[in-house]
Amino acid sequence: MEMKQIKHHLTESLLLAYSAGTLPEAFNLVVATHISMCDTCRAAAGSYDAVGGEVMLEGAPEEMAENALAATMARIMRADPVDRTPPVRVANAVFPAPLRDYVNGDLGDVKWRKVGGGVSQMVLKTSDDASVRLLRIPAGTAVPDHGHRGLELTLVLQGAFVDETDRFAAGDIEVANEDLNHTPVAEAGADCICLAATDAPLRFNGFMPRLAQRFMGI
Amino acid sequence: MLIEMAPLAKADAVPVMPAYKKAGKAQSRSTGADKVSAEATTKRMAWVTQVAAVRDDQDKTAFAELFAYFAPRVKSFLMKSGASPDLAEEVAQEVMVTLWNKAHLFDPSKASVSTWIFTIARNRRIDLLRKQKRPEPEDLPWGPEAEPEQADAMGLQQETEQLGHALAALPMEQRKLIERAYFGELSHSEIAAETGLPLGTIKSRIRLALERLRHTMK
Repeated sequence: MEMKQIKHHLTESLLLAYSAGTLPEAFNLVVATHISMCDTCRAAAGSYDAVGGEVMLEGAPEEMAENALAATMARIMRADPVDRTPPVRVANAVFPAPLRDYVNGDLGDVKWRKVGGGVSQMVLKTSDDASVRLLRIPAGTAVPDHGHRGLELTLVLQGAFVDETDRFAAGDIEVANEDLNHTPVAEAGADCICLAATDAPLRFNGFMPRLAQRFMGI
Repeated sequence: MLIEMAPLAKADAVPVMPAYKKAGKAQSRSTGADKVSAEATTKRMAWVTQVAAVRDDQDKTAFAELFAYFAPRVKSFLMKSGASPDLAEEVAQEVMVTLWNKAHLFDPSKASVSTWIFTIARNRRIDLLRKQKRPEPEDLPWGPEAEPEQADAMGLQQETEQLGHALAALPMEQRKLIERAYFGELSHSEIAAETGLPLGTIKSRIRLALERLRHTMK
C-alpha cells in the first residue's frame, strides 16, 4: 500500500482493544485495514502488543504436561515443510489485503447494491456482534443526517467526505459514538468509497431516512 | 530519508548496554528511575538468537529453550483468558508449533519475542474461544536488504524491557485494569483512553523501523 497523509487516526482505546483481541470482527476488519494504510497506527498497535507480551510474562507460569515438548516436536515433524515464499504483492490495489480477503477481490470486484439516494453498499460477512459494509457515495451526495446508538467507525478508502467535524480523506478514520449527529457529504471529484462498521443500528433523523434505513438494513 | 531520521534515532537513544559498547556504537542517556537491567536485555537478545537458530538451522535445542520458558507462560495466559487447563495446554503447544513454522516472519526491530508470541496466542484465542476470524494488517514485504540492524533489534528489546518495568510500577488498581483488558474481560467501551503507560518511546522506535523498512523497499 502506498502511504497516505493521514490526519485522523485510531483512538487509544480502539488500539488497546484490537491488541487485546476483544473487538467484534467487523471492527477488527476496519482497524486492520486502517493500520495497513497508516504506519503511525501500525507502530502504536505494535506498542500495545508489547504491553500484551509483558502482561503474558508477568503471570505465574502453568506447568506443561510431561511430554509436551516431545508432543510439540512430533507435530512439527508431522506437518508439511513450511512455505517461506513471501506473500504476493498486488500492485496498485485500492483495498489493503485484509479488506480484499472479505471482498474476494479489489474495488472492481465489489458487488454493489443500490440503497437509495444514489448510495450503494455491500455488506461484508462477519460475526453478528457488529456489522461492516462498503459504502459508495457519489461525489457531492450527502448521507442522511444520522445519530448513533453505539460505536461507528468509518474509514475512507477513496475520495473524501466532509461533515460537521472535519474533512476525511483516503486513510482517515472517523470514530463516532452516541454524541455525534452528523451529515457526511462526499466531496466533488471521485466517488467516496468508505468501509463503515457499527455495533448498533444507525438512527436516522426524520421520516424518509427511516424508510431508507429499512431498505439499507442499517 | 535515513539521514532525516537520524536525529530522531539519537534523541530516542537507549541506555548503554554492554554488547552495545562492544559494537562500538555506545550512546548514553540517563533514564533515571526506569533503568533497564542489562541482564534482562541480554535475555531478550538470547530469545532473538534462539528464534533465528530455529529459522536458519531448525535448531531443536534453541527451540526447547524457548519452549521451556514460553509454553508455560502462554498456558497461564490462556487459562486467565478463560481457557480450561486442557485447552490451554493444547493451544500453548500449537502456539509453539506456529513459532517454529513462522520464525522467518519474526522481526526483532519491531517486536520482542515475548510480544510476537503473545500475538500468536491472542490470535489462537480469538479463533477458539470467540470463534471469530481476526483480520490482520497487510504484511510489510521483506526486501533483500531488510534484515534489521543488530542495534535496532537491541534498542527495541530494551524498550520492551522498560515497558515491562513501567507496567509493574503502575498502581495496583491501574495494572489490574490493563491485565483484565488483555485477558479479554473488558469490552472496548470499558477500556479507558488513558492507560498511564509510557508508550511514546517504543512507538517511535517501531515507527523508525517501519520507515527504514519502507526505505529499503523503494
